[in-house]
Amino acid sequence: MDPRGVGATHPDYMRAESGVRSWLLTKDHKRIALMFYGAVITFLMLGGIFALILRTELLTPETTIIDPMTYNQMFTLHGVTMVWLFLIPSIPAVFGNFVLPLMLGAKDLAFPRINLASFYVYVASAIIILTAMVLGGADTGWTFYVPYSSTSPTAVTWMGIGIFVNGVSSIMTALNFVVTTHTLRAQGLRWHRLPLFVWAIYGTSIIILFATPVLGLSLLLVAADHGLGLGIFDPRYGGDPVLFQHLFWFYSHPAVYIMILPSFAVISEVVCTFSQRPPASYRAIAYSSLGIAFIGFFTWGHHMFVAGMSEWDAGVFGGLSMFVAIFSAIKVFTWVATLRGGSIAFSTPMLYFLWFLFLFVFGGMTGVAVATQSLDVHWHDGYFVVAHFHFIMVGGALTAFLAAAHYWFPKMFGKLYDERVGLLTSVAVFIGFVFTFLPQFLLGNAGMPRRYYSYPPHFQWLNVLSTGGAWLLGAGLILALINLVVALKWGRRAGPNPWGSRSFEWITSSPPSKHNFDVTPIIERTPYDYHLSEEDARARSRAS
Amino acid sequence: MNELLRRILFLPPQASTVAAEIDGLHYFVIIVTMLGAVAVTLVGGYFLIRYRRRFGRIVGTHRKPPSPIPFWTEVMVVVGLFGIFITWWVIGFRQYMRLRVAPEGALEIYVTGKQWMWKFAYPEGANSISTLYVPAGRPVKLILASRDVIHSFFVPDFRVKQDAVPGRLTTMWFEAKEPGRHDIYCTEYCGVSHSTMRGEVVVLSPADYERWLRGAAPEQQLAGQVAERPAIVGRYSPAEPISMVRQGEIAASQLGCLRCHSLDGSQHLGPTWAGMYGSTVPLAQGGTVFVDEAYITESIMDPMAKLHAGFQPIMPSYFGSMRPAESAAIVELIKSLRDVRPPPGGGLPGGIVITPNGTIEQVPEVKP
Repeated sequence: MDPRGVGATHPDYMRAESGVRSWLLTKDHKRIALMFYGAVITFLMLGGIFALILRTELLTPETTIIDPMTYNQMFTLHGVTMVWLFLIPSIPAVFGNFVLPLMLGAKDLAFPRINLASFYVYVASAIIILTAMVLGGADTGWTFYVPYSSTSPTAVTWMGIGIFVNGVSSIMTALNFVVTTHTLRAQGLRWHRLPLFVWAIYGTSIIILFATPVLGLSLLLVAADHGLGLGIFDPRYGGDPVLFQHLFWFYSHPAVYIMILPSFAVISEVVCTFSQRPPASYRAIAYSSLGIAFIGFFTWGHHMFVAGMSEWDAGVFGGLSMFVAIFSAIKVFTWVATLRGGSIAFSTPMLYFLWFLFLFVFGGMTGVAVATQSLDVHWHDGYFVVAHFHFIMVGGALTAFLAAAHYWFPKMFGKLYDERVGLLTSVAVFIGFVFTFLPQFLLGNAGMPRRYYSYPPHFQWLNVLSTGGAWLLGAGLILALINLVVALKWGRRAGPNPWGSRSFEWITSSPPSKHNFDVTPIIERTPYDYHLSEEDARARSRAS
Repeated sequence: MNELLRRILFLPPQASTVAAEIDGLHYFVIIVTMLGAVAVTLVGGYFLIRYRRRFGRIVGTHRKPPSPIPFWTEVMVVVGLFGIFITWWVIGFRQYMRLRVAPEGALEIYVTGKQWMWKFAYPEGANSISTLYVPAGRPVKLILASRDVIHSFFVPDFRVKQDAVPGRLTTMWFEAKEPGRHDIYCTEYCGVSHSTMRGEVVVLSPADYERWLRGAAPEQQLAGQVAERPAIVGRYSPAEPISMVRQGEIAASQLGCLRCHSLDGSQHLGPTWAGMYGSTVPLAQGGTVFVDEAYITESIMDPMAKLHAGFQPIMPSYFGSMRPAESAAIVELIKSLRDVRPPPGGGLPGGIVITPNGTIEQVPEVKP
């Protein structure tokens, strides 16, 4: 038995081949994951710079640094960049790509060429979106509500095409994950032995496959309205602008779960590994992912309580929205219960898990709050909603992304990062986050509408707090990035399994060799058998 | 208790009949949410420390797998959570029905949203722009439409909001408790000046409202916070006389003119007023016109009759919604700006400016 892990007799995937071509034309899921990693970090920073400019503009009630049109274009770009170029691809395309085949005991994804193509389609979409930005950007917000989007003088069509192409990329990745999970599981790896990460990524992929085409269709119809005067959404030709909102949210509400389910995936793995415990209820975590994926398709109407829908519809959508909270709560309680009696390493990923708990539970429950009809009437399109979705999508998804970046860092690069700096940056990110967005809940209560370039002076001091928090958050993120980049070069060598995890991606060497495993493993246990010693666990997960 | 929680949560005054009730649910929901998030985090943090191991040293395993969570515990948790959330939903839905269904016999006022102003039409024939006059203690039903894109009519103090959607009519209602002033915001993003699409609701006593309908100014000084507003509308007989130019500024800002026209020569949606009076401007239909009192008044009442070249035909008519005194004051304001020279390239595209020295300058053509 090789203590360095299965696969250590071959050079690792980064050194297996060299040269620019070997990277750009690679079909290795791990290299594609790294290319995605570089791209999404770039767009996270770009979106973050937009955010800091926006927050700085909002430091004073009237003009601070930019004019209204620039402000409007910038919040649109901030939204589009963060949603489609960072949040949606981040965890699936980077960590899903990297560890999903490893977790399944597979040599690669089912369609390696489609995987590479999905990266280039993603890059193409980013280029189109950035071109649109150079051509004047769009000033519609990321929601593209008609008829404003069909009359705006800005480059809305280009932006729409970019997002359409982006959708193609995420469909390709999702399809690959679904087929891989169905067909490439190692011998003995039954569905109830799958890592929880795989369950959640599987659920995410299902949502992407069903919802994303609707977004593509809606954007095509907006373009047809604009160019051909079809009159589907545009009231000037007899169209219905609220129909667009229905179609848009039929995609975009499930898209919230496309962003948050992968976070659940990461958190489940982190919690089990660092507490050396199996999940308190495997089935509860696995099935609630599917439950969220399913019920997420029936809640979109809660975005339109004040758009003029019937009272009956509003009642149904409000009620259905409550179920998502139940499924999420089951997960939260199960994670916390898993910790009890564990042997917990107080590490950076676990600290991010703790922040995740607060931000996700508060963000999620304020989501139930805004789905409560009479309260939503006051909060709708105000800063309360802005704070709520940043708590979920930035607080939840970003802390999980950072947890994953630290947790799988040794797996991906074979090095260890500095734990003390990791803990410190984690605290800075959390404090910065809370200072940025808690004041925005209060601004929303006080009545400040979202997408406001200027505001009445009595809203100012809360805005000042929020801007200060944003700068701290930005500094924390930059420090976290520096910590990881430094570790890449100077970090201590990590063994194949530095955290003592039983999950299958750790049975191979770190970093893995090009084809992941020397021999296809045969799995005779679950990924959370912490009652077994590491040797026993290894023996039950490799070909004899 | 209500007042304390309202202030802690930064909620605005409860100026409508439904506000206090909605705030009650608000307190319940927010307190449960906050306690839930803090409790889960504290328990998680406690476990993190209580079951902590020295980092780097992995405890020998061979521990028994934990006993699974009893089935009935799971069921109880789900039922308990469901109970809380369904309670929110039942109360919220009942309140929503109350918010949406206007009482019989409500006073109906028509509201039109337009980039970037609100126009109000009253059944008795009166009109107002950006300022909605309503009587206290009587349900008011607003019937909303939009001339261009989606807007959303929001009065935080009343806890009411409704989108104005082009191509359809939507309704909302409220009953203000007592006389006062309350902000109106547009909450649906509607373009470059979205954040300036503000207005106010002026709640009058029923007697004042009747007087206002007949064209008289409201008598008493109204309660409420006015410090933030650019000027005061409705005070047509102030204690100290103010100049007509100043009255023109007040009227122009209150009636929404300054959302499109600037006073300092900077470029905006409409022609700047700086240096306009006494100049000759080109018309969209061809030809030119000399800007005098007659042209200004005509443009206020029938903007499309002689449209300034280079600008979009977007100005609404103020015929019937502006008092003669107000249009006169605005003309005086524009006259007072005849010596203000627009900066090069700003102001009047293709127009001719007669400077105070008597020289004539052509302002460069600006592409629309």
